[in-house]
Amino acid sequence: MKRREFLGKTSKAVALAAVTGGTGLLFHNRQVHTRSGIVTQAADFQVEASGDWPQVVLAHNEDPTIALRMSLDGIGGIGRFVMKGEKVTVKPNVAWDRTPEQAANTSPILVGEIVTQCLAAGAARVIVTDVTCHDARRCFARSGIREAAEKAGAEVILPTESDFVDADLKGELLTEWPVLRAVMECDRLINVPIVKQHSLSGCTIGMKNLYGIIGGRRHRLHQQIDQSIVDLARFSKPTLVVVDATRVLLRNGPTGGSLADVATPNTVICATDQVAADARAVEFLDIPVERIGHIRLAEKSGLGTAHYRAAGYKELT
Amino acid sequence: MTIRTARSIRRLSQIVFFVLFFWLILKTNFDVNLTPDDTGHISLPYPVSIALEFDPLAAVGTLLATGTLYKGLLWSLTILIPTVFFGRFFCGWVCPMGTLNHWISEIPSERRSRRGKNKIQANRYKPYQKIKYYILLVMLAGALAGTLQTGLLDPLSLLARSIGTVVLPTLHAGAQGVTSWITSLGISPLSSLAEGTYSVLSAFLLPFRPMFFNTIVSLGLFFAIVLILNRVFTRFWCRGICPLGALLGLFSRWTIFGLEKRETNCDNCGLCAQHCQGGDNPEPGLRWHQAECHVCLNCQAACPRGSLKFTFFPKSDTASITNPPPVEAVDITRRKAVAATAAGLLMLPLLRSGASFAANPQPMAVRPPGSVGEADFLARCIRCGQCMRVCPNNALHPTLLETGIEGIWTPILIARIGYCEPTCTLCTQVCPTGAIEELTVTAKVGDESRPPMRIGTAFIDRGRCLPWAMATPCIVCEEWCPTSPKAIYLEELTVTDSRGKTVVVKRPYVDPNLCTGCGACEFACPVADRAAIRITSVGESRSRENQILLERRTAPRQHDHE
Repeated sequence: MKRREFLGKTSKAVALAAVTGGTGLLFHNRQVHTRSGIVTQAADFQVEASGDWPQVVLAHNEDPTIALRMSLDGIGGIGRFVMKGEKVTVKPNVAWDRTPEQAANTSPILVGEIVTQCLAAGAARVIVTDVTCHDARRCFARSGIREAAEKAGAEVILPTESDFVDADLKGELLTEWPVLRAVMECDRLINVPIVKQHSLSGCTIGMKNLYGIIGGRRHRLHQQIDQSIVDLARFSKPTLVVVDATRVLLRNGPTGGSLADVATPNTVICATDQVAADARAVEFLDIPVERIGHIRLAEKSGLGTAHYRAAGYKELT
Repeated sequence: MTIRTARSIRRLSQIVFFVLFFWLILKTNFDVNLTPDDTGHISLPYPVSIALEFDPLAAVGTLLATGTLYKGLLWSLTILIPTVFFGRFFCGWVCPMGTLNHWISEIPSERRSRRGKNKIQANRYKPYQKIKYYILLVMLAGALAGTLQTGLLDPLSLLARSIGTVVLPTLHAGAQGVTSWITSLGISPLSSLAEGTYSVLSAFLLPFRPMFFNTIVSLGLFFAIVLILNRVFTRFWCRGICPLGALLGLFSRWTIFGLEKRETNCDNCGLCAQHCQGGDNPEPGLRWHQAECHVCLNCQAACPRGSLKFTFFPKSDTASITNPPPVEAVDITRRKAVAATAAGLLMLPLLRSGASFAANPQPMAVRPPGSVGEADFLARCIRCGQCMRVCPNNALHPTLLETGIEGIWTPILIARIGYCEPTCTLCTQVCPTGAIEELTVTAKVGDESRPPMRIGTAFIDRGRCLPWAMATPCIVCEEWCPTSPKAIYLEELTVTDSRGKTVVVKRPYVDPNLCTGCGACEFACPVADRAAIRITSVGESRSRENQILLERRTAPRQHDHE
């Protein structure tokens, strides 16, 4: 063997051995890549309480748009909640593939009108979104909410994986969950629930509607539903709650399906106290508020008051 | 028109039909921008099932198996009748699977056997090309007896299901993986580039959300083998296996258009054979096999001396001892044809004597809504996978052995992955053969005059259910139940947990009178791996035997609502 050949061969072999060994040492016992970027801030978008306005305003009118305008004016008008240039997220209940008459989703007319109001108040951008149960495209189409919101000038987001951020909810029960980016990265949050019967929580109104801001395997939340709802309500405090009681679902909630389950009180409630809003709205279902565990627990946890009349309540017809 | 122009038109035709087919499969998808009309009936914007309705094999197969020609399958005559006059032009000009095989075969090979003079030899007619006729006879005889297996090897079914349930989902997962890997590197221009590429890709090719398919590897492997064989034998599939090609070959018996060979100025250069797609011996001096020719026109275009000419009523007086006349009939023997037919006929009693048909209804065989009875279903389904591709909930999946070997790659619903959306009828709209009959939304959900379409029944696994077994509240199955009144009802009960604490739980029960088997409960059940409530096929509307109840009460049940 020639010296040149010997050197050439051995040096290549040694180099390969060194690279192999070096790679092993370099990666030995390395920390497995951890998830990064847990958002720790809360989604608190409340306005400051004001003695000038009631906390809960209920308006009754056969025309949902008029009912909404009346109750909104009664609580201070949209100008109290949305400032020029702000980014507003509207969170209706669009959980199911149901038509507006079936009363499983928020009224598209109300969603459209809120979007119009926000834009008129100078909002730079209005997003309408919800984490639906049935296929999002179907729910947003059949509920009429996509069409109404887009016509009014909102951007509709049907959530996909990239629309969530991992957030620390800092709840008694709920800690790290994927939360809608649109709910974390906005200036104002308007919760627009509908009133429905629910066989575990008693009712699905405003605070329960917050289930729709999180993703992941949220069906586990039902195991301690009251605490889960309260944890969400503590984490996410909307600027305004607009309760759609134009139609309410009395039975077979929260999905419904039959018009026999629907009543039509033709009412809209605007509230700045989300506990009070639910406490008033549950009366449409003929369930005493004392029987609703999550409303009681929310009051006990200091999130608001179930005694809405004491908090400042007004009824308009 | 010169022969080169004609060949260019053929190439263009292949591209157009391939793109069209791919586009139709791509559009067999629930489009985001649909708005419901007054009836709440959502339908696809394009008649996507037309991709399969032009398929003569699907038409002939289902006709033999069922005695009827379903809806759009009449379109297949636009292929079959011209074939009688012009030969297998479909294989060379139209078939998207043939085009794919063509392209892959013609990438220059590193095999010595497929280059130069060896390729001339390799492209000559080979006895293995007869196999496809026997395959066809077995399948058509099987169809006549009542089991339709043509879809396994039908090139249009094969390509449709491979694109829809293998290629696109794999592309989706791959694109997501690459994008998130590049993004994780944290180099911002690279990440934006990757995300930009991904959005462009998803806008054109990818569905709203990633899809997952049962037994995707068996489908993918089959498709891969078909493609890879092109690199060993030019168009092995088209020449040797394809039962549709064989059917068209049988119909080419009396074509009026064909190849005329003049040996006088031929110098035996072999260029014609080198470019031949069908393996039909275009060289003067060999017998041309009419039924093997794809009419691709390559031989005539390659001939430097004008010895070959495709023409109407080719002259037979050019034939001589050294330039024999063509073989007009397909090259099969009567005995083997009889044997193949007998084998096909025997297939039915063999399959139906197995354990997975009438004697033992398969619990996993939850078929799509609107499916006809299992015997009729197996006489109609061509395994094109369009129902699986279109299902917006990813609920429909190809089987492997869940419905027996006879039902391989037919659709079943796997509710853990996706449930059947009550108001959705998309799978019933795209089925080209009527294995799933078209439904209106009212026919599916029912009204006062008729019951809803049922695909199975839900059963509670009390050993896994939280309120039943673990003293833990949960009502998710009841919450998701879409019928009104709900098919799942609750019984309130006070139980004691392991720490001696009393807990109020609501235990779910299923009312089989009301359950439609949609699987929403199984889908939503929080027990993450095997759900505590599961659907099986029993109670399905399409079967008289696969039932539980003697009589179904149609009136609302008397239980009080919670």
